[in-house]
Amino acid sequence: MTGKEYRTITDVKGPLVFLNKTEPVAFGEIVELRLTDGTLKNGQVLDTSDDQVIVQVFEGTASIDKQTGIKFLGDVFKLPVSTDMIGRILDGAGRPRDGGPAIVADEMADIIGAAINPYSRQSPSSFIQTGISAIDACTSLVRGQKLPIFSASGLPHNDIALQIARQAKLVGSDDDFVVVFCAMGITAEEYNFFVHDLERTGALENACLFVNLADDPAVERLITPRLALTAAEYLAFEHDYHVLVIYTDMTNYCESLRQIGAAREEVPGRRGYPGYMYTDLAMLYERAGLVKGKKGSITQFPILTMPGDDITHPIPDLSGYITEGQIVISRELHQKGIYPPINVLPSLSRLMNAGIGDGKTREDHKSVSDQLYAAYAQGRELRGLVAIVGEDALNERDLQLLKFADIFENQFLRQSRDEDRSIGEGTLDYAWELLSNIDTKYLVRLDQKWIDKYHPTDKKE
Amino acid sequence: MSKENGVIYRISGPVVTAVGISPRMYEVVRVGNEGLMGEVIELHGDQSVIQVYEETSGVRPGEPVVRTGQTLSVQLGPGLLTKIYDGIQRPLPELEKTMGVFIKRGVDADGLDLEKIWSFNATAKAGDSVSSGDILGTVQETKTIEHKVMVPPGVSGKIKSIDSGDFNVTQTVCTLEEGAEIQMMQKWPVRTPRPFTKKHAPEVPLQTGQRILDFLFPLAKGGTAGIPGPFGSGKTVTQQQLAKWSDADIVVYIGCGERGNEMTEVLDEFPHLMDPKTGEALMNRTTMIANTSNMPVAAREASVYTGITIAEYFRDMGYDVALMADSTSRWAEAMREISSRLEEMPGEEGYPAYLSSRLAEFYERAGRVETLAGGDGSVSVIGAVSPPGGDISEPVSQGTLRIVKVFWGLDAGLARQRHFPAINWLNSYSLYPPSLDQWYRDNIKSDFPEIRTEISALLQVEAELQEIVQLVGSDALPVDQQLTLEVARMIREFFLQQNAFHDVDTYSDLKLQYNMAKAILSFQEESKKAIAGGAALEDVVNVPARTDLMRGRFESGYEDKIDEMLEAMNKQIADTMEAN
Repeated sequence: MTGKEYRTITDVKGPLVFLNKTEPVAFGEIVELRLTDGTLKNGQVLDTSDDQVIVQVFEGTASIDKQTGIKFLGDVFKLPVSTDMIGRILDGAGRPRDGGPAIVADEMADIIGAAINPYSRQSPSSFIQTGISAIDACTSLVRGQKLPIFSASGLPHNDIALQIARQAKLVGSDDDFVVVFCAMGITAEEYNFFVHDLERTGALENACLFVNLADDPAVERLITPRLALTAAEYLAFEHDYHVLVIYTDMTNYCESLRQIGAAREEVPGRRGYPGYMYTDLAMLYERAGLVKGKKGSITQFPILTMPGDDITHPIPDLSGYITEGQIVISRELHQKGIYPPINVLPSLSRLMNAGIGDGKTREDHKSVSDQLYAAYAQGRELRGLVAIVGEDALNERDLQLLKFADIFENQFLRQSRDEDRSIGEGTLDYAWELLSNIDTKYLVRLDQKWIDKYHPTDKKE
Repeated sequence: MSKENGVIYRISGPVVTAVGISPRMYEVVRVGNEGLMGEVIELHGDQSVIQVYEETSGVRPGEPVVRTGQTLSVQLGPGLLTKIYDGIQRPLPELEKTMGVFIKRGVDADGLDLEKIWSFNATAKAGDSVSSGDILGTVQETKTIEHKVMVPPGVSGKIKSIDSGDFNVTQTVCTLEEGAEIQMMQKWPVRTPRPFTKKHAPEVPLQTGQRILDFLFPLAKGGTAGIPGPFGSGKTVTQQQLAKWSDADIVVYIGCGERGNEMTEVLDEFPHLMDPKTGEALMNRTTMIANTSNMPVAAREASVYTGITIAEYFRDMGYDVALMADSTSRWAEAMREISSRLEEMPGEEGYPAYLSSRLAEFYERAGRVETLAGGDGSVSVIGAVSPPGGDISEPVSQGTLRIVKVFWGLDAGLARQRHFPAINWLNSYSLYPPSLDQWYRDNIKSDFPEIRTEISALLQVEAELQEIVQLVGSDALPVDQQLTLEVARMIREFFLQQNAFHDVDTYSDLKLQYNMAKAILSFQEESKKAIAGGAALEDVVNVPARTDLMRGRFESGYEDKIDEMLEAMNKQIADTMEAN
């Protein structure tokens, strides 16, 4: 393009640079900033008019002065992609972080990512076995789904994400997952934890990491997930990989979004987050799925920490409206020493029904899952009652349900960090065994034919 | 004369400011070198503010802006049914053909297939005087739906010639003596309601086969309903159940800012679903509009108008149309996003001050009307609302509740217990029963309204008793109240819960609903007698035939067996008395 360098900065505000008297600059165009000491920074055009251009600087605006030269590169942000990215660690802007050579581009891909035509999507319906009973039985994951983990600070969401990354597989298929891991504003300690675990299990060779740490520029976080998803799309739709994208922590991403909004003096929506946050998040989450005529798939596991454990906070709330369910981590279960502390009651997988049942998992899966939910929900409710009136006031049915809630937490939910339960024997049969602690007549969610077939007969009345 | 061509002055996301043209408000313009479609939403001095329906990155100031002279319109005619459109009526399969699986920009596509030949069967004849909305002839659009070709609004006169035969939608099928030529396709601006003669009071229920909706909180044909609920409470499943099973002639389903995979599921599933009345695919009566959350936000804003205009067009033919919008909150958010880019003074929670009037205008396009041709047609509107955190004190829910006559309140607590549909029976309401009751008496059973009152009264009593139970436990209650709790539990588990994914349970007709409700009341009656006669409550509620009666609803042919099962239960209950 022009190659002209402008020195017309008028204002610098937070991560934004305002300049005027330019040639026509495209919306979304990539910008290179040359500081007086020769340092280069990158940015992107957020607003453009004949009189003024607003540039968002990814590396932060420290040391930028009015002498800084600005060059418009004539194109939107693109990431060099290639299958060599597998096994590499890149930084939040897509540059090597592992000391290795730069990625030799097979293709330059636009990081914004176009929306998939809903008509061209393929319905996700292949069950992914995670080996974690709570997830497999109650919030089953399918390939092409986006299922976030709603957690909070101090909870073992990272362990769960890693366990899923390690154990996830399609039943009756050798297809492996490639993991694209995207870190946004996590601490170096957390990062090391992830890398060590991936190294220890050999999973790193099958992974591609994009890392923006807590002390990296906050604005860079806005592009890191887009880079990760662009790489994921390339691997999935150009090279037929099944990609599992884990990103953590969405809360940091949203904070950065708010920061930009505030610097632009936009009218804020709820709790100061920009009104377009729903659309912005959708543009990330919706990049999961399967496409007709392509073999690969993208499954997303975003992790977000709910500020103040509040599920109605705008970040989990807007996420929940876009994603296909959520896995909710509970502080109460964690404090009881239960791992994984997944509270199945508010957890949900919207695509579960498409991925389970005869020929996929097992014919009784849906019934068993409904029954587990119902019994556990009622059991938990009864705990509150017992706290007031004592167990003596309960009838036989309620007593059994109350007891079942404990059994469910201590035996069904609880498993070790490397325990990989198969869906049939490990999870569903186990569920039947535990449900047999309740009289059959109270198991109203189970079809009679499943009771006849799967109920452990020795305990049957 | 107003100027036709201008240039871009500023670009900020989906909002583009142009100078050098003076278009009309809501006129469609072409923006930039790629000719992106946009709509003028504000005039400000010599600047025109345009919302662009496609992604704007890469567009520069100085690129051209061209007027089209038209406001945002849809093409109406044979070929609307079975189609799936984006928010501005571009057929998604066409887009796939021209640009592959990812949606790129700058592509135009006609809403109707202009080449397709339809067999037009004239019902009017030369010499007839016709005016706006009169029916000229018919086209068998799908196996089940006969499309009626109407005189476009604003046209009238004496027919000079009219021919049956094979035509495409742009060929003239009828000429008036004054010279007007009428084609099967007409255009209508989406933001303007289509004309009708007058509105009638709704008197016929929209039957949905969903027990809690039909029985306790019915919607009338031509009525409006709002379904607010937090995520995961089943809004989308409820909407889809309505799209599948409601007894409307035509269904328009708008997926507004929702999930891509969800739309795909609908697309995959609908062609395989059979209409219980006709035995033909449900898709034959359905038009879908899908603007997922990551598609351009301005097109999301337009999508509800596109949908309701199509709905009104079928209404004008004399059909009962049901329109589902999932979710109106996303539509409101699109308005908010555009409004904030315009730097308008915000109202509550950043929404524009005109939010509630826009909502009202939209829902007001529903109704049962006398059409221009003198027929009877209706548009029923069911809007899902997604309140942040499930708190319905927010502006979109409140703006909706002020207008709609039916409120189906979804409840996260019920969803968590897997009580579906998770509609809270205590705070939901419908204002239609008084005007519908006569229909129920005439068509189902003369005591239908009374049975409904008894059932909802029982649920009310249960709620009060539950408060006491929370404090003292159920054993502390007198036996008759314990029985009431059992009866209410039966209402909840047997009647209100309905499994949308179960082949049989997914749909119950009104007659069956009535019988099930009667069975519950009969259980109460017989149990009272038995207990008075010395039977133990424990024995009465545990008679095996009651479990059979309740589980029976999952088996086909239940409507024929229910009377028998009820008798068996009543007999067993009576027997408990003798056992003592």
